[in-house]
Amino acid sequence: MNRKPFAITLDPDSSLANHTGSWRTMRPEYHDHLPPCNHACPAGENIQRWLYEAEEGKYEAAWRQIMEDNPLPAVHGRVCYHPCESACNRGQLDEAVNIHAVERFLGDEAIRQGWTVAPGAPTGKRVLVVGAGPSGLSAAYHLARFGHQVTIYEAGPQPGGMLRFGIPQYRLPRKILDAEIARILSMGVHLVLNRKVEDLEHDIQAGRFDATFLAIGAHLSKRIEIPGRDAGRILDALSFLKSVSSGEPPKLGRRVAIYGGGNTALDAARTAQRLGAEEAILIYRRDRAHMPAHESEVEEALEEGILTRWLRTIKHIEDSTLTVEEMVLDDQGKPQPTGRFETLEADTVILALGQEVDTSFLRKVPGLEISADGVIQVDETLMTGRPGVFAGGDMVPAERTVTVATGHGKKAARHIDAYLRGTRYVKPPSNPLATFDRLNTWYYTDADQSKQPLLALARRRESFDEVVGGLTEETALLEARRCLSCGTCFECDNCYGMCPDNAIIKRGPGQGYIIDYDYCKGCGLCAEECPCGAIDMVNERR
Amino acid sequence: MRYQREGSQAIAQAVALCRPEVMACYPISPQTHIVEALSRMVKAGEIGSCQFLNVESEFAALSVLIGASAMGARAYTATTSQGLLFMAEAVYNAAGLGLPIVMTIANRALSAPINIWNDHSDSMALRDAGWIQLFAEDGQEAADLHIQAFRLAEELSCPVMVCVDGYILTHAYEPVDLPSQTEVDAYLPPYEPVFVLDPADPISIGAMVGPEAYPEVRYLAHHKHLRALDMIPRLQQEFATSIGRTSGGLLHSYRTEEAHTIVVALGSVNGTIKEAVDELRAEGMAVGAVKLCAYRPFPSQALRHAVEQAERVIVVEKDLSVGKGGIVSSEVKMALHGLPTVVDTVIAGLGGRAITQASLVRMIKAACEEGLEEPHFLDLNWEVVNNELARQQETRRSGSTPENVLREVGPFGVRVQ
Amino acid sequence: MVTQRIKFYQTGTFTVGNRLLDEASRTVQSRMDRTNSLDSGHRACQGCGEALGARYALDAAMRAAQNQLVAVNATGCLEVFSSPYPESAWRIPWLHSLFGNAPAVASGVAAALRAKGRTDIRVIAQGGDGATVDIGFGCLSGMFERNDDVLYICYDNEAYMNTGVQRSGSTPPHAWTNTTQAVGPSPGNPPGVGKNLPRLAMAHGIPYVATASVADLHDLEAKVMKATPLRGARYIHIHVPCPLGWKADPAHTIKVARLAVESGLFPLFEAEYGQVTSRTPIRKQVPVERYLELQGRFAHLFGDPPNREAIASIQAIADANIQFFGLCESQKVSS
Ligand SMILES: Cc1cc2nc3c(=O)[nH]c(=O)nc-3n(C[C@H](O)[C@H](O)[C@H](O)COP(=O)(O)OP(=O)(O)OC[C@H]3O[C@@H](n4cnc5c(N)ncnc54)[C@H](O)[C@@H]3O)c2cc1C
Ligand SMILES: Cc1ncc(C[n+]2csc(CCOP(=O)(O)OP(=O)(O)O)c2C)c(N)n1
Ligand code: SF4
Ligand code: SF4
Ligand SMILES: [Mg+2]
Repeated sequence: MNRKPFAITLDPDSSLANHTGSWRTMRPEYHDHLPPCNHACPAGENIQRWLYEAEEGKYEAAWRQIMEDNPLPAVHGRVCYHPCESACNRGQLDEAVNIHAVERFLGDEAIRQGWTVAPGAPTGKRVLVVGAGPSGLSAAYHLARFGHQVTIYEAGPQPGGMLRFGIPQYRLPRKILDAEIARILSMGVHLVLNRKVEDLEHDIQAGRFDATFLAIGAHLSKRIEIPGRDAGRILDALSFLKSVSSGEPPKLGRRVAIYGGGNTALDAARTAQRLGAEEAILIYRRDRAHMPAHESEVEEALEEGILTRWLRTIKHIEDSTLTVEEMVLDDQGKPQPTGRFETLEADTVILALGQEVDTSFLRKVPGLEISADGVIQVDETLMTGRPGVFAGGDMVPAERTVTVATGHGKKAARHIDAYLRGTRYVKPPSNPLATFDRLNTWYYTDADQSKQPLLALARRRESFDEVVGGLTEETALLEARRCLSCGTCFECDNCYGMCPDNAIIKRGPGQGYIIDYDYCKGCGLCAEECPCGAIDMVNERR
Repeated sequence: MRYQREGSQAIAQAVALCRPEVMACYPISPQTHIVEALSRMVKAGEIGSCQFLNVESEFAALSVLIGASAMGARAYTATTSQGLLFMAEAVYNAAGLGLPIVMTIANRALSAPINIWNDHSDSMALRDAGWIQLFAEDGQEAADLHIQAFRLAEELSCPVMVCVDGYILTHAYEPVDLPSQTEVDAYLPPYEPVFVLDPADPISIGAMVGPEAYPEVRYLAHHKHLRALDMIPRLQQEFATSIGRTSGGLLHSYRTEEAHTIVVALGSVNGTIKEAVDELRAEGMAVGAVKLCAYRPFPSQALRHAVEQAERVIVVEKDLSVGKGGIVSSEVKMALHGLPTVVDTVIAGLGGRAITQASLVRMIKAACEEGLEEPHFLDLNWEVVNNELARQQETRRSGSTPENVLREVGPFGVRVQ
Repeated sequence: MVTQRIKFYQTGTFTVGNRLLDEASRTVQSRMDRTNSLDSGHRACQGCGEALGARYALDAAMRAAQNQLVAVNATGCLEVFSSPYPESAWRIPWLHSLFGNAPAVASGVAAALRAKGRTDIRVIAQGGDGATVDIGFGCLSGMFERNDDVLYICYDNEAYMNTGVQRSGSTPPHAWTNTTQAVGPSPGNPPGVGKNLPRLAMAHGIPYVATASVADLHDLEAKVMKATPLRGARYIHIHVPCPLGWKADPAHTIKVARLAVESGLFPLFEAEYGQVTSRTPIRKQVPVERYLELQGRFAHLFGDPPNREAIASIQAIADANIQFFGLCESQKVSS
């Protein structure tokens, strides 16, 4: 005690003896919530986390965070339909974070800088991957990181699957694809090209593989019967795109009609135009709103002058004359014939009506189950009925996108790894969703989305140059900083600063905070003012 | 140097010799000459780096000193009457915080009716505030008491009021001797606070204290005054030794040897009382006087000792506890508890009514011969009082008593004999 | 506005800290070495805006004064909850004297420092709105008028809270308090012109006057840091919600304060020598209902039927503030 007058004077900080924590009926707790972007990402990327790194200009760390889940950021930054952005909470505030653009910047930066990922310590296990599309490549990458020896058998002359033979170059430049594939191969993944698997059991035996991942995609174009079809020049979109990609474009004539409303149809139309067709006309049985194609691609195609005939079905082809029937949509959005017909002229008709899996060689594999619609049945670990044989990507029942395929690759790799080690991979339970209403959006700076530049229209119509440009370092940084860090503490110090009782202890950069329950009165200010909703108020247990 | 000077000037000069560091003042008669003089000295740079604040009220004045004193500065102000009441809250507070502020009270009556003349109602109103209250008899003692007051205040960590009769002492010219600066410096060392606001040692001053410690805190304040009872004579002694005058102390006895009647009073009236004593002694009456210099702490022991042998003690006091009577006399009675001494209360000099030697002599004789009614109002104009009481009897609402009285006696109607 | 609003940094300058900003642009409150001038263990209610405001202001002042600070406190919640024997929550030299004399006590501290030639130590006086706009106003005005070297900070929670929520000269029109109850033909505090202390302070022509809010820490700290080293009388009026007296959720303290600013009811500005020199623009103007409806003290305005007239009159106050100070960005406000 001090020598100062009794009771009238008090020692500094003596109030620390008074533990006001006993007043509390509710207690704040830090709980990270799952950002909706992460939740929506089919590849399971921890988007918020890598944006957090990127916000600080730590691009390599950001890229490595992506690489935890997805070995093809430069590819995904270009072709992924970014469901993350549809889910992004910022979309409810102004405009979603341009996640894919930042991802692409990071992917490109990694290629520029030559960043690589090391394989894991060898396990001595051998895994066969069938197909070098995104799913197979992704599985190979993750398996390599687990230390397994991976061999890919690829039927085609080059790896990439649809990334190479489907998606046109103006959306995905081949040097980008090549670079990202090369990086995977440099991890010791053994790729055998022009090696179509026809007898799986034999190949597994012969190669002494301990496990197999099938990722052969869906390459058989669907066909329909159109009377008189032999009359005109008719191509299927896949072979058309493939031949273009292989440098052997077919002759199309002046007017090209493309039949279908998916992404493949759009790619075919835009490719046809780039090959010199004066008119590329899209014929689709429903309307624009009901097209399965991604909105931005429709937008770009229309900008480029692709013509459209919504609500039409082709009824008859004779020479270059197409007879189409007008349709109407019923209550369920299904097209119904009207009996009204019209004709159009086309030198070539390209059918883009979807793809099926080539299951022929798989029917011989014992235990493998193939459903009526021709896809392979897998359990929740992506294993087929044949133990040790897993499958993913377009060939299994799921959405057919590059990202789903890539995600399957990762998921399969985890289960294969567990299978090889005789265990089971159990996904850690995910946090509750960081919904928009948890955010205190007042704190975020108003900031418009950084847009990617587009190639001049004139150039777009006649070249295969990449249409969409990348963000600069500056714009990528600003875009990353638009992230709200939904549900995940980003060390804004609001809780630390706003506690009237100094009951929050700051542990230093990257260390977060802890709550000093000796003094926390449970007012809930911290939770209320946490911009990103990373604090929950829970009932005090006493 | 001993020369004729106005009491206020003497006080101001004595205060200046004490090297105050902060003064905050608000004018009120009859204190004005003191603060005017001090403000001039500060402005002229005659008191070192002392700060003089012209504040907006007495409440502010004392509040400023609370801050200054807590910051370790020697602090001084002067006030009286309404000013003292206006600062009342701060008066208690300064004492509660134990801040050694020195304040001159140029004693004056209280309003209403407003009256600027001398009595002791103001100091009495705040007698329980925890301040030490010293009463000066003349200009010389007024000056000397200020020097002792700073020393006392700072040694005890307790504020001190030096009570000086307004006009009678503040405005009278008397020969007053002042010690030299060297003498004062030797007597009064620089202020060393017991506690202070200091960024290097940050304590909290002025805590809220609940029932668990408040009584102890109050007792400790009381205990300071008990210590003062020892310290006041000691400081008086030291002062006498180094400076050569016996000003101060707890009380002064005058011709009390063998006295059967002793008059007890505070302040300047003791001069007149001594003359009355001399007159009565000359007539053969064994009368003496005791001047109380320290009123707080109340020197019960010393007083008892001083008047023990007397049969009668007459307390002449310039205050009135309305509804009770004497304030000082009550305390004297308590001090003499158990003795057969008769204690009379004489209320005198309210609002500046002159207390003459003749009245005192008449009153003392009457007391000795037939006794006094309790309390006795010296020189009260009973005619005025009775007329007003009669009027009040007639009409319940008779208007304001002060105005009626004024109408009765006429302006400046202070009729003295 | 005194703070440079940082854009494009995720949260810019709106959050307490921001790991993306350089050290210098961060707040004192975000620092691990902040003083915590008012420390844990104090007995303020849950979510007390005054406790928060006091720590904000004093920590900033401590930083600006290189820890050479002395604080004088008027009686009121802040004093009572911080210093009940035997525990004090203060980590700075602190003196409480009375309810109505804090400005004068501080003047005395400043005078003592001047007498002692200590120019390094800065003096702060602080009190609630009652202490400031009502009982202590005489002392405050005197302190201003003499231009004493004191920074006075008023924590305005718009009533006498410590005595259990009674009306003060700063209680807003229509608000319920225990002495302006929500009964009778005109429930709540009678509408009047009120006492606008910042503008009264400005009328003294003192070097610095500012308003601040616990909802805008950057602005608050910048003002305190600017005011602390200035010489002469300075005044900062900080809006601090009181969950108890405003009948609001303790968790809403900052939110309510923010809405007061964003609605225009509590304008943030600075004035030097009697002239307004800057104002903090409103970011997203909101109708006053958003502010009022969170507080039980205005609940009687939202009965069935709601008291539209009263709400409109409160909106008119907000609009007048916005107009007078030019608080909306679109109004092209300088600085
Ligand atoms: C024109 C077009 C555009 C598209 N655009 C997009 C887009 O922008 N974004 C998007 O997300 N998705 C897009 N898709 C879909 C996407 O390309 C596929 O979902 C994805 O490539 C599926 O990956 P996968 O690895 O499962 O199969 P694939 O990419 O099809 O790869 C399968 C690989 O297996 C090989 N293979 C097949 N059979 C055998 C065998 N028996 N032995 C060895 N190898 C074999 C194939 O040669 C091929 O390389 C598009 C598809 C098309 C057709
Ligand atoms: C002279 C005096 N009158 C009344 C009080 C009672 N009192 C103490 S604190 C207080 C109210 C304080 O109100 P305010 O200054 O607004 O501070 P708050 O408690 O609201 O923070 C009152 C009326 C007092 N202490 N002193
Ligand atoms: S704001 Fe950031 S964390 Fe939230 S959904 Fe969008 S990208 Fe993900
Ligand atoms: S009554 Fe109000 S001002 Fe006082 S401590 Fe509680 S919340 Fe704070
Ligand atoms: Mg208040």
